[in-house]
Amino acid sequence: MIRLDHVSLRQGALLAVEDVSVTFEPGLVAVAGPNGAGKTTLLRAIAGLHPVASGSITGAGLSERIGFLPQSGEVDRRFPITVREFVGFGAWRRVGPQRRLPEAEYARIAASLTRLGIADLADRPIARLSAGQFQRLMFARLLMQDADIFLLDEPFTAVDSETEDALLDIIATWGDQGRTVIAVLHDQDLIQEAFPNTLLLARRMIAYGPSFDVLSAENRRLIRHAA
Amino acid sequence: MMTLLQHGVLAPFAFGFLRRALAGCLALSLVAPPLGVFLTLRRMSLTADVLQHGILPGVAVGAILGGLSIWWMGVGGLIAGLIVALLAALITRATNGREDSGFAGVYLLALAIGVTLATRERGLDLTHLLFGSVLAVDDDALRLMAGISSLALFGLAFIWRGLVLESLDAGFLRAQGGMGGIWHAGFMALVVLCVVGGFEALGTLMSVGLMMLPAIASRHWSQRLSGQVGVAVLIALISSCAGLLLSFHANLPAGPAILLVAGAVWIASLLLGPEESLRARSRIFP
Repeated sequence: MIRLDHVSLRQGALLAVEDVSVTFEPGLVAVAGPNGAGKTTLLRAIAGLHPVASGSITGAGLSERIGFLPQSGEVDRRFPITVREFVGFGAWRRVGPQRRLPEAEYARIAASLTRLGIADLADRPIARLSAGQFQRLMFARLLMQDADIFLLDEPFTAVDSETEDALLDIIATWGDQGRTVIAVLHDQDLIQEAFPNTLLLARRMIAYGPSFDVLSAENRRLIRHAA
Repeated sequence: MMTLLQHGVLAPFAFGFLRRALAGCLALSLVAPPLGVFLTLRRMSLTADVLQHGILPGVAVGAILGGLSIWWMGVGGLIAGLIVALLAALITRATNGREDSGFAGVYLLALAIGVTLATRERGLDLTHLLFGSVLAVDDDALRLMAGISSLALFGLAFIWRGLVLESLDAGFLRAQGGMGGIWHAGFMALVVLCVVGGFEALGTLMSVGLMMLPAIASRHWSQRLSGQVGVAVLIALISSCAGLLLSFHANLPAGPAILLVAGAVWIASLLLGPEESLRARSRIFP
């Protein structure tokens, strides 16, 4: 369970998120809203990557058991590293900065790559992956983390429907296992289909609850007005 | 053939000054190019330029306080380099990544202060400080270069994994509690160490040459980090040997001769290497 209590966040001089109070239970939650609504900033604050201006964010495992998927632009895709090496960094908390990866971790890497359908790309440089393959790679690293809380920032951007289905399958499995998944998403049909709960944000919290109710015509009109 | 090898390659190294120069350059070649590879991958090539100019005031102060002692100049250069590295980090943060004009200001200022200090002190050879004198590497300078190279090599091995992840995906490292700032600071300290290690031989104006030229050439030969590092070290080793021989036979200054060879390898790599070269592009767009 993650609890946000009157959380406000700043981006420079601007207030990006204002006075949001919400409790996320285990399961799948979408964060929706227009561009500039503070969705990514809120996700980064939960991950501990953005300072909280006021209020508090609390929850068991928040400092240790988080798997964070940034927008793909935050990763240097030209860095000369292979798929296997990249996914191996998912074991950072278990292995630490100095130790070589033990054999057991290599088995985990192989299992993660197989689960994402990219086992045959293990020795390929990440610079030579397509957008869909790269997003599968990012999910393989998340699998390696074996986290209790997953924070996903626009996980389906620039991927084809086949890749989207494969990634949704993994997210659904995490939900079934009682883990918490919070995902920033734009596709409202997808949210209603796959995410039982939604937080609708437009700098302030517009609504939180079952996705079908939150994404009502009235709330969408409010969002357009806020944007 | 044997005669050419004997007279052209081996005989020059019968001279002690050339052997010391070779040993110093080979020691630097083992550690400076890997740091250069990380500098290029982190898009910090300009930072290296700033640092090599930035150590000049410290070297000049060291020379004024301790005569022409290599240790005084080394410590002075190290302190000045660390201060400039800190300044560079502050400028990067203040300008949100658009640091090039701030960097230019720092290194021009450092150069001006260094040259002013050096010219006011009688007996201090400005040309030596700016361009080095690889053939004047004495036992003390060799000890300093070898010591710095060994220390930097161990340091790089220690921070390798954190540095790779911080270069690749700093946000992920922070989300894992990996303290990105520590790896960056450690890396910058190693770069400053190597710049100081190289100034006696190559001068403050060219001390990053053996760091950067092999590194940017190596990008054209491999898409693996280990491959780029290996190729960069190999290019630096070859450039050191070939540059000193070129200097000996053609009566050229040794430091520039080493960098000329490294530069020629870079141009050849840019034209003919299998990765991101003109040849590779012509295969994609015939």
